[in-house]
Amino acid sequence: MNAREGGRKVVHRSVIALFAIFASFPFAWMLITTFKKTNDLLDPNSFPFWYPKGATLENLRVLFEETLFVRWVGNTLFVGVVVVIITLLLAVPAGYALARLSGRFGEQLGIGIFLTYLVPPTILFIPLAKVVAMLHLQDSLWSLVLVYPSFTIPFCTWLMMGFFKAIPKDIEEAAMVDGLSRLAAFTKVILPMSVAGILTVIIFTFTLVMQEFVYGLTFINSGRNFTVSVGVPSFLVRGDVYFWGSLMGACFIASVPIAILYNFFVDRFIAGFTVGAVKG
Amino acid sequence: MRVADSENALARFLIAPALIYIGAVIGVPFVLSLWFAVSDVTVSSTAGHFVGLSNFRLALEDPSFSRALRNTFLFAIASQLVVIVLATVLAVALQKDFRGKWVVRLLILLPWVAPVSLGSIGWLWILDSIYSVINYGMDHWLHMCGPEPGKTPCPVWLGQPALAMSSIIIVQVWRTLPLATVINLGGLTSIPQDIHDAAQIDGAGFFRTLFQITLPLVLPILLVAVLFGFVFAFTDMIVVWVLTRGGPYDMTQVLASLAFFKGIDGGDLAGASAIALFLFPVLAAAAILLLRLARRSEVV
Amino acid sequence: MAIVETKQLRKVFTDHIAVDGVDLATREGEFLVLLGPSGCGKTTLLRMIAGLEKQTSGDIVIGGSVVNDLPPRERKIAMVFQSYALYPHLTVAKNIAFPLKAGGTPSDQIEKRVQTAASMFGIERLLHRKPRQLSGGERQRVALARAMVREPAVFLLDEPLSNLDAKLRTSARDELQQFQRRLGTTTIYVTHDQVEAMGLGHRIAVMSKGKVRQLGPPQEVYNDPADTFVAGFLGSPPMNFFERNGATVGFRPEQILPKGQYSSQEPLVHLWYRVDRVENLGADRLLYGVLRDLAPDVKMIVNLPFTVHQPVTEGQAYEFSIKQSDLKFFDKETGLRVAPRPL
Repeated sequence: MNAREGGRKVVHRSVIALFAIFASFPFAWMLITTFKKTNDLLDPNSFPFWYPKGATLENLRVLFEETLFVRWVGNTLFVGVVVVIITLLLAVPAGYALARLSGRFGEQLGIGIFLTYLVPPTILFIPLAKVVAMLHLQDSLWSLVLVYPSFTIPFCTWLMMGFFKAIPKDIEEAAMVDGLSRLAAFTKVILPMSVAGILTVIIFTFTLVMQEFVYGLTFINSGRNFTVSVGVPSFLVRGDVYFWGSLMGACFIASVPIAILYNFFVDRFIAGFTVGAVKG
Repeated sequence: MRVADSENALARFLIAPALIYIGAVIGVPFVLSLWFAVSDVTVSSTAGHFVGLSNFRLALEDPSFSRALRNTFLFAIASQLVVIVLATVLAVALQKDFRGKWVVRLLILLPWVAPVSLGSIGWLWILDSIYSVINYGMDHWLHMCGPEPGKTPCPVWLGQPALAMSSIIIVQVWRTLPLATVINLGGLTSIPQDIHDAAQIDGAGFFRTLFQITLPLVLPILLVAVLFGFVFAFTDMIVVWVLTRGGPYDMTQVLASLAFFKGIDGGDLAGASAIALFLFPVLAAAAILLLRLARRSEVV
Repeated sequence: MAIVETKQLRKVFTDHIAVDGVDLATREGEFLVLLGPSGCGKTTLLRMIAGLEKQTSGDIVIGGSVVNDLPPRERKIAMVFQSYALYPHLTVAKNIAFPLKAGGTPSDQIEKRVQTAASMFGIERLLHRKPRQLSGGERQRVALARAMVREPAVFLLDEPLSNLDAKLRTSARDELQQFQRRLGTTTIYVTHDQVEAMGLGHRIAVMSKGKVRQLGPPQEVYNDPADTFVAGFLGSPPMNFFERNGATVGFRPEQILPKGQYSSQEPLVHLWYRVDRVENLGADRLLYGVLRDLAPDVKMIVNLPFTVHQPVTEGQAYEFSIKQSDLKFFDKETGLRVAPRPL
């Protein structure tokens, strides 16, 4: 049996390796390109996977000193933090209400909220563009702060609902017998127990904010106010020449660190997702 | 009983802010988009006039619209078909524990966690017409093509319509595969170990167990994952915008990107709304399907 | 029909030893029970015999051949799991047919054999239902039907009754025993319930911490325990222990009766027992108390059957008698059984 076992292992490892390479190659490529000299990059015969003409930090310097990249990161962080706060304030209580609201009404409401996730920004961005203009929020980061919770709240409500459902009702009932009102039982007993779920919501919301593109491109016009996701594609192109080195550096910096952070929370997120999807 | 004590009153109080927000930021604009589609609103106009269904008629007569419609379905269906197969294979492979699994998982998740636009730019560089690293490999290692005169020219990945469409589909697969895989993996691990043991004892080998026991049991979750992926692909504009801007010559436009160009670049909000609203029937159908699946999947 | 043997079977996990050198040999057609508390290794042992768990060292022999490296399907065994592990998406008929299909039985035979198996357990009318539409008892029967349809040489059962309600359990136990006696297939049965073990097994292997403490027929394990663990594990209420003259002495709550009730010819020992509390359970009276002179600090239980009408008041001491042979002596350190000595 050992030969067969060994063969199976090889197949198994190769399959996984292939997928891992397929998934991560663009990022590895981003990393390599970041340190390439421009004349190296623009020479189609130069060996791509190392630095035959030497490596350089010039691309990164340009990125940080001569573009608005740092400002875009700051913008994104700002929007991210505010949207996370808004989402927590609205989605966590809503998730709790849905988890404890008994009966079909609660269940249907839950599904209804989740289904709004299926009304995409690509339908909504047009009327929202007009609304934003009317509110004079055009080109302001506040327009994003206003609109982004529309896709973070539905999903986070559903996520939190799953988390809260997993906490037995007994605990609140014990708290109420001990003298707390239902609301106090929620804030003083249940919430502290749900830190894991809340952290997941925070990370997930932040990632969604970082990824958003359509609204960012629609509502923001001037370079100073872009988020990273929009700024990098639109701005690092001067005419027809793409500053690939800096571009790749920007992409790498804005993608990989948060992915590493996100990795720690994926299990929780998936648990919430599948529980909801299967049990309804 | 005070609100803080009554179960129902408290629940309504807690859920109200979220409901109000969603109503305001999703519900109202949605209704607005319906109004836009039957009016002649533009970016600069302050009020619109009712024009009936002429926007829809104009859209249907526009050849780039029908091409975009076709592309959108092609894009969504093709990418999700590939994803469903690949995600299943990868999820089965990831079930077993092995050394370095967390590194692999991190790598596999990267395409999905990274901002779409940035990942797409990475691909833009990989697929560049002159400097593509793929072309480098084909030239210098496989000797299949090259830029020098006398050699077959290497593919212009984003320049030829069929190639461009394929490239876009591949990037979409690349981007949605992680989510589908992880969802599948969740489904696979929710099958009790007992069932696999019983199948082993009953004499089923690897493939019989996979196709007759495991896959039928994960199917509901798999379908949910694919349905979501389909909806994301169907309504996506980012990959197209970054890779080709809809080119060459509008050949790779999808409904969402067409609506964007028309409305934001062109200022014709009414026409853009009409185009975008064609997305809605498919979305509604997908929503109904999802609900049906969620109801039916209490298998275990 | 086969004999199952294990030779010095060991299973070591990273942090503990689950099975620690077990030598076992079933007899042809016997119903062998592996009995012990959770964590004693009985389920791991069963899974190794099934081939679901690879042993660290030692041999497993089924029907005369060493099966160490064979996968489960080649060991001619069938297993019933605690959760029954029915395939949820298949009908009862397809569940039962599955092992036959996997084994390559021609399809014309499959239908017939499924019918036979189903009728043996009285579940013919359930053949088109899915598992989630069945009650616990029905699911158990489907699991058994699926197990026997392949006509294995050995049945392995992992606590198959523990998911049933208490009432159902007794009738299910009865059916199970009849079924095994009728088929005559060698059966290894894992449970933590000593009542089940006593009722079902031809022989019981009492396990603790990965080792078999004693292997023998129910009466032997009950009346002639090899050590304090076996003595304390079997019997409900459990055996009373106290220390005397450097040894541990044990006697069962039902083996002691008020003086004068005993009409035995054998030599008796008389003890004074102070009753602190009485529980009247209907068929029995449980007297919680202490041996006033011999072990006044050790709480004990005496079990008086309904047929003994002697009135008993809390707080009073009474003289009781017990057969000398019913007093068991154990070594104070090792817990192993030693020869009787005077009290």
